[in-house]
Amino acid sequence: MIKEPKKRKDLPLTPLSCPTVGSMGKTGSWRTFRPEVDYSKCTKCTLCWIDCPDAAITRREDDSPEIDYDYCKGCGICANECPTKAIRMKREED
Amino acid sequence: MEQVIIDTANHIAGHAARAARVKVVAAYPITPQTTIVEKIADFVESGEMDAEYIRVESEHSAMVACIGAAATGVRTFTATSAHGLALMHETLHWASGSRLPIVMAVVNRAMGAPWSIWPDLADSLSQRDTGWIQFYCADSQEVFDTIIQAYKLCEDEKVFLPAMVCLEGFILSHTYSPAKIPDQEKIDAYLPPYRCGWALDVDHPYSHANLVSPEWYMEFRYMIQEAMNNAKQIIPQIDKEYGKLFGLQHGGLIEKYKCEDAELILLTMGTIGSEAKLTVDKMRREGQKVGSARIRVYRPFPAEEIVKLAENSQMLATIDRHISFGMEGFLASETKAALFNRADRPPLAGFIAGLGGRDVTAETIEKIAKKSLKYATDGKVENDPIWVDLKE
Repeated sequence: MIKEPKKRKDLPLTPLSCPTVGSMGKTGSWRTFRPEVDYSKCTKCTLCWIDCPDAAITRREDDSPEIDYDYCKGCGICANECPTKAIRMKREED
Repeated sequence: MEQVIIDTANHIAGHAARAARVKVVAAYPITPQTTIVEKIADFVESGEMDAEYIRVESEHSAMVACIGAAATGVRTFTATSAHGLALMHETLHWASGSRLPIVMAVVNRAMGAPWSIWPDLADSLSQRDTGWIQFYCADSQEVFDTIIQAYKLCEDEKVFLPAMVCLEGFILSHTYSPAKIPDQEKIDAYLPPYRCGWALDVDHPYSHANLVSPEWYMEFRYMIQEAMNNAKQIIPQIDKEYGKLFGLQHGGLIEKYKCEDAELILLTMGTIGSEAKLTVDKMRREGQKVGSARIRVYRPFPAEEIVKLAENSQMLATIDRHISFGMEGFLASETKAALFNRADRPPLAGFIAGLGGRDVTAETIEKIAKKSLKYATDGKVENDPIWVDLKE
């Protein structure tokens, strides 16, 4: 584990950071549009899972997608890529 | 077994990458560099070199491939020239900021426009502030030795910076000359495999060179400056050690030739420094006390050694194969900067010569030296750079 530096001599030569879940907080709150999956249309092709730039989609045992709304920023790439239009983007309500 | 080969400086640079047991080479061709990566391709194809050879789509990608490879803790090499180096510019900062000891041969070529394939130092000197160590070579033996020494230096934990080994296009790159290739076992003993303190590792994932707030950014810059200062101490030691093992030395930071009692010292870089020795010999035969100081390492700049040289001389002349438009050559500027706080500094005349591959012969240098001696006698030096052999 890398510790927060206090002095110059504590610094590594170049900044290093370890991946952690949600180091920027719950980025799902940035979302304007929310992807919703219509599982009756889903063919389990996993394209949305592959293309999600935030790894906010996980694969269920049967290969159908599950969206993690804590971290999905609502970019809409999954909806755009879904070949059967099984994902729709809906405006978040205030 | 040690052997002497007769080949071009570019091929000899390829031999150096092979002898250094480089593990990843990223290659994109550009004149006059191309035959370096061609030679390495031959070595990889024949099995004489055990390396990944990545053919990339641009120089920008070549450097990024080296950065990625070096970050996994392996020794990397690439080579480029002129516009290829300019295209790499952004990634050069990433390499030094990530503290990766990449070694790159830069075959100096003048920048367009107008197009030129012949040498001057504008390409690599334009990369002065990227945090790369810069060596300038005067012959093909020095190219070989400096590439090996550059890995030794850059992989030192007190340094961990990338380095350019610069050689002038055609004057060296495509010119055949003999070079000694030391015994491989001796090179292996001198240059053990690279050990990186923070190699990328899938089992312990972390990323490099991330966003740093104003609270810490300056400290990372300061550490690069410290590493450069360390390099300044280590380079002469490395040169000495290499000399003991292989019988070849190149002067550390500055190759000094008959400077001890010199009234005039000619400061040069690259092959002009070889030619200047001929001038020194001729003028000394005629009774004039001239010496030559070839700046072998331009970054870190050997300011302290220049101060020492200046202490015993009455006149300095810089010969720049380079012009910083609107000012003068970098060697002139930086030599002056090194001496500015010395009350007893000698006057300095800055000459611009050999741009775009124009020959700078011993006779040219003699003209420069005589003009400089006249300035010294008259006690009056031109402040503007003096363009040598400029057509009316």
